[in-house]
Amino acid sequence: MDIFIQQLINGLVLGSIYALVALGYTMVYGILELINFAHGEVTMMGAMVALAVIGALMGVAPDLPGVVVVLGGVLIAVPVCMLLGFGIERLAYRPLRNAPRLAPLITAIGLSIVLQNVAMLIWGRQYIAFPPLLPKGQFEILGAHISVLQLFIVALSVTVMLGLWFTVQKTRLGRAMRATAQSREVAALMGVNVNSVIAATFIIGSALAALAGVMVSAYYGLAHYYMGFLLGLKAFSAAVLGGIGNIAGAMLGGLLLGVIEALGAGYIGDLSGGFLGSHYQDVFAFFILSLVLVFRPSGLLGERVASRA
Amino acid sequence: MSLLQVEGLHIHYGGIQAVRGIDLKIDEGELVCLIGANGAGKSSALKGIVGLLPHGGQVHYAGASLKGRPTHAIAAAGLALVPEGRGIFARLTVAENLAMGAYLRRDADAVRADYERIYQTFPRLAERRGQLAGLLSGGEQQMLAIGRALMGRPRLLLLDEPSMGLAPLMVRNIYETIQAVAREGMTILLVEQNAHLALQVSSRGYVMESGAITLAGPSAELAADPQVRAAYLGE
Repeated sequence: MDIFIQQLINGLVLGSIYALVALGYTMVYGILELINFAHGEVTMMGAMVALAVIGALMGVAPDLPGVVVVLGGVLIAVPVCMLLGFGIERLAYRPLRNAPRLAPLITAIGLSIVLQNVAMLIWGRQYIAFPPLLPKGQFEILGAHISVLQLFIVALSVTVMLGLWFTVQKTRLGRAMRATAQSREVAALMGVNVNSVIAATFIIGSALAALAGVMVSAYYGLAHYYMGFLLGLKAFSAAVLGGIGNIAGAMLGGLLLGVIEALGAGYIGDLSGGFLGSHYQDVFAFFILSLVLVFRPSGLLGERVASRA
Repeated sequence: MSLLQVEGLHIHYGGIQAVRGIDLKIDEGELVCLIGANGAGKSSALKGIVGLLPHGGQVHYAGASLKGRPTHAIAAAGLALVPEGRGIFARLTVAENLAMGAYLRRDADAVRADYERIYQTFPRLAERRGQLAGLLSGGEQQMLAIGRALMGRPRLLLLDEPSMGLAPLMVRNIYETIQAVAREGMTILLVEQNAHLALQVSSRGYVMESGAITLAGPSAELAADPQVRAAYLGE
């Protein structure tokens, strides 16, 4: 039972990070029917830029409190990634807006390789450690441990997701985004500058990705130029699990994938009679994911994709 | 100078020439119809005017050229197109659809008053304001599409086949509304396959055939024209 609750907590923490990244995939897909494969790399860039700023701040002002240093990293990483997201859309996707679908998909893959290599050239191939700046304490709940950092990750993710939900459901921009997702032509007839709305979508998604990148590197204690690949793949899978294009689905899918993965790590040894170790957690997670998609191809909250095409 | 003046408009798309150099003009306060069979190029012409399809030729609105301007800027200038098939946002509520019509307006108080006016004109929409627009019947969706366009307080209203796919009673309903809007002074270009109806409510008309305008004149004369009677009025 202790393991169950512990892994549930770990899964929710990881899952809330997946959810933030998944939102970026799902928002862009909802509006452009494009899978922005470079989104995982935006997450990586968020972590890398934050770590670079953190390192610089520690060198310049070693007396600053750790939390302030990390906050400084976040405050630079988020706008840098917003700019990156804007640039990606403007330079890589907008020129291909009316091209056959395969073209922007290939561009996306190419772009993600370019971003990885740029990061490798700047920061090298080695793992970069996240300095131990954040408070270490932990609480005990029902026999399981939850650290201050875990609590903070969940709280920040939930706050950001509520903010996003409010923006999409209740604001003028959010209404324009939903209208544009349903019909770009008709939205334009209403006076919506569709290009601006699409740019805003990329910018918002990239801000979430930057936050997620910093959180995941703080959580695991490291960052790496290649970290965006698996994280992006998982977050994309989470978006598909929830129903791609559906914002609530991305949140649900992210949390579920995190929990499945953590429970898999906790129990896979027992389930396989000791044959498979906890490092098979990804296999387990993707196995469950495939299983769900066999029975619900459009995802948990998704609509029938075929009827929208 | 007419409110809308189209000269030599031609549109190619998908390898066909949908519109082959048409001229038309609409003066302030007129209700003009553009009739023709399915595939004559009427909808393409409208899409060209509002910048949804690239086109050759000249489109002048209120004295300024619309050529090369993006659709959202043309909408901001006061042109509202109610597209063929209504184009409502199915996954937005009725109220949200109307709010999209007022997207560019900053006069919140007047917008609120306009909601009430639309709800008075279309009581069905008032009853369903919180529902998803996709759940409305075809006629209600057409009301919503027209109401949404009016929310933008346009200076020129372009209606593309407002009677399409509707039951006769609903068609009459929609047409009464169109006439009421016209009586209040709105300038309207009405595109219709249903020539009978369109010629009844309009003062002037154009007949379009295979991408070109073949006849133009006062609606009463067109309705009496033997060619029009044979081809479009089923006589």
